[in-house]
Amino acid sequence: MISPVTGEQPPLVALRDVSKRFASRMDLASRIAARVGAGPAQQVVRALDSVSLEVKQGEVLGLVGESGCGKSTLGRIVARILEPTSGERFWRGAPYSAFDGRSQRAERLAIQMIFQDPFASLNPRLRIVDVIGEAPVVHGLIGREDREAYVADLMARVGLDASTAKRFPHQFSGGQRSRIGIARALAVQPQFLVCDEAVAALDVSIQAQVLNLFIRLREELSLTYLFISHDLGVVRHLSDRVAIMYLGRVVELATAGEVFARPNHPYTQALLAEIPTIEPRKRAFQPIRGEIPSPLSPPPGCHFHPRCPHSTERCRREQPAFREVAPGHFSACHLNDTK
Amino acid sequence: MATDSPWARLRADFAESRLAMAGLGLLVALVGLALLAPLLSPQNPYDLAQLDVLDSKLAPGEKSSTGGTYWLGTDDQGRDMLSGILYGLRISVGVGVASTGLALSIGMVFGLLSAYFGGWLDAIIMRVVDIQLSFPSILIALILLAVLGQGVDKIIVALVAVQWAYYARTVRSAALVERQKEYVEAAKVLALSEARVVFRHLLPNCLPPLIVVATVQVAHAIALEATLSFLGLGLPVTEPSLGLLISNGFQYLLSGKYWISFYPGVALLLTIMAINLVADQLRDVLNPRLRR
Amino acid sequence: MSAEPLLQVEGLRTHFFTKAGVVKAVDDVSFSVARGKVMGLVGESGSGKSMTGYSIVGLVDSPGRIVGGRILFDGVDLATLDPVAWRAIRGKRIAMIFQDPMMTLNPVLRVDTQIVEAVLAHAGVSRESALARAREALVRVGIASPDERLRAYPHQFSGGMRQRVAIAIALVNQPDLIIADEPTTALDVTIQGQILFEMQKICAESRTALIWITHDLSVVAGLADTVCVMYAGRVVETGRVSEVLGQPLHPYTRGLIDSVPSRNRRGEPLRQIPGMTPSLLGMGEGCAFRERCAAASAACASSPDVAELARGRFVRCFHPVGEPMAAASP
Repeated sequence: MISPVTGEQPPLVALRDVSKRFASRMDLASRIAARVGAGPAQQVVRALDSVSLEVKQGEVLGLVGESGCGKSTLGRIVARILEPTSGERFWRGAPYSAFDGRSQRAERLAIQMIFQDPFASLNPRLRIVDVIGEAPVVHGLIGREDREAYVADLMARVGLDASTAKRFPHQFSGGQRSRIGIARALAVQPQFLVCDEAVAALDVSIQAQVLNLFIRLREELSLTYLFISHDLGVVRHLSDRVAIMYLGRVVELATAGEVFARPNHPYTQALLAEIPTIEPRKRAFQPIRGEIPSPLSPPPGCHFHPRCPHSTERCRREQPAFREVAPGHFSACHLNDTK
Repeated sequence: MATDSPWARLRADFAESRLAMAGLGLLVALVGLALLAPLLSPQNPYDLAQLDVLDSKLAPGEKSSTGGTYWLGTDDQGRDMLSGILYGLRISVGVGVASTGLALSIGMVFGLLSAYFGGWLDAIIMRVVDIQLSFPSILIALILLAVLGQGVDKIIVALVAVQWAYYARTVRSAALVERQKEYVEAAKVLALSEARVVFRHLLPNCLPPLIVVATVQVAHAIALEATLSFLGLGLPVTEPSLGLLISNGFQYLLSGKYWISFYPGVALLLTIMAINLVADQLRDVLNPRLRR
Repeated sequence: MSAEPLLQVEGLRTHFFTKAGVVKAVDDVSFSVARGKVMGLVGESGSGKSMTGYSIVGLVDSPGRIVGGRILFDGVDLATLDPVAWRAIRGKRIAMIFQDPMMTLNPVLRVDTQIVEAVLAHAGVSRESALARAREALVRVGIASPDERLRAYPHQFSGGMRQRVAIAIALVNQPDLIIADEPTTALDVTIQGQILFEMQKICAESRTALIWITHDLSVVAGLADTVCVMYAGRVVETGRVSEVLGQPLHPYTRGLIDSVPSRNRRGEPLRQIPGMTPSLLGMGEGCAFRERCAAASAACASSPDVAELARGRFVRCFHPVGEPMAAASP
């Protein structure tokens, strides 16, 4: 249990040693085959490996990483779509399990999620007024008769034309669908939003609009965000703190300014070097070598060592500890031990 | 296009094929005839009092002893073929639609539950489905009817028992795909009850493949019923469906009195063909990959 | 400097004749690409950039077709070719790389079979020789242990590797021009970096011209020599990368660059382009961007033509935001 030693509020959301394994489904025949040594063994994907993270009230925590790093899985675990294989999750200091009952539904609504795919994240058979208005009515936040007015208000808030409420999702553009998804989440008056690559599928010009919407909503409604993205530029713009993930582990955590000015972990450094910038000069790309390993068989020790330009023998054997290397700046790298 | 619902689009897309519209027209006509049979047919073929055995096996176009014309001839008991076909159509289509509807409902529920909950429930349901589908449908129907006896309701039971498995399997596949989609995850994050997620979110999106299967299956059910009746099971001789009519006339086929089997056969053929034309277009229209 | 450009597109128009009306996917597009040079074709969804690429390679499917303009490839107008002549060019002199490598790769065939097939389609060499070329192609795109990889199936590769194989197939016949349609959009940043590095190297070494279609200006910034910006099926700005990105003239290009997060102060609202891309269906007269343009005036109700404001510097606008700088030395 995280106790606020300094008398501060507990973090809004906290994860303590959360791990998530996905095991391939084995039916009876495969299980027998595996037992006798014939046939494939069960494949286990270690999506998250003992991750601990806190999101403070009112902040935007950016979560960055490439494929297989587990950021989407983490987002879904925070949003209660997935259960962790081990570890604990806390909301305002109390474990999630305290809110499992039917009577605690309202508390569960405090965490909502914005999804990546503006096409798949809306039920194609529901009109927008139902997409947005269903949950608040079901949970008793508003009465049936107030539904249309409530939805109209939300649509205006996210920049949509309220007269289009009776339409279906396919009649809207990608950017508009993103907004509908945001309105749907806001309809249940959440305090915490998990944004899972919420702008990745949008055009650049629409991206800017939606990001501005996020900024505005944060101020207007005092929201807290866990902003998951692979786009470092976007994350840097929006976030207060940034966590970098690689193959199921958090490798670096610091304020946005720190991470971008003084990246500590070699992976972060490589990532930052890779971002193409719009500065108009031709540059030779200096790529980081090697492929991202599969989460089915991550390298031993430090997951990053096969691709790290500074790896040592110790990196192959031992997983580095996630330590504070500067005030508020954490990194998981053996190289810090020598400093 | 203010309220361009998926159903409106479906109608518009379907209408693009003239052949399918012709099929639909034919189907509507046949169903209309079937429904209005009591009003349209010159004679009630079930009323034994109206039959005159002296009028039996008259060729099409011949006059009856009471002055009316038997447009399609009569069968060996003096029944007017036209009336027999209209009533037979009624039974065939009615049985086909009713059994499909029931089988669809039952299969749909099992398929949805199977896909949504997975685990041992899924395993059990799917094993039952597998076993069911590995038996020839005729065999199962025959055995059931032998046990249950004759009657329209018994035949419907047999047809439902034979068909529900197709729907369960189809719905399960569709539901498994839909279940991964983000709008279902969104419904979970919004803390909606599982019942609501399954029936309000999953179900409507699993309908397209279901509609296609159901349409084809109606034809299949009608054909199956005809086969069973032909074999003498299911419907009593006094309430003939198209299959039974065909069966009745079978013995006379080669002796020149073709009309007793032929016209019911044509009616059956037209019905099944119309349904298949409609089903083909539905399949193309509902296939998301082919959609522009 | 070579005199004649390798590819000269003039007034290309590709229209789609759909049930709902005519969609002018590509509407009067002109640009040129010199041998060995890289051109970035930039635009958002609906801009027509991919369709331009498909038009050049002759892969436009019905209900679309090229309705006007010329595509001069080494003097030959590609728009007038018949299918037989096309097959001789496509794959041999012009190659294409798609966003989804599975559009190039057949999932049921081994990689060596597919690359050899590409070689044998255009050269009458022996199988062994083709296999050797396949191996060499894999090495060139940076795939380690090529012999093992040759015998594998596409599903055994990661996304980045598959894209490399697709690039290898594109390169194996030593084309003069490669058209790459968003090949790295779906890939991770570090893998994208690797592939961009390879492409840069390969094109420089073999003097292959490259048209890189993307929505990402920053990729173009690092890779291309010239850039062509498209909006709603039309070219709105063309020029050298340093000029267009350093001093964009068209309000759309300027808006696009300004809305990138790295160009804005942290935490502040991003400068954004209001509104949405117009529907291409039944677009009438007038500048396609005027609904969203701060500089729009009454004049914009008629379609602006492309004006050459400086050598190699084209803008389609009545109110370009500023004058072009004097051209720097190449």
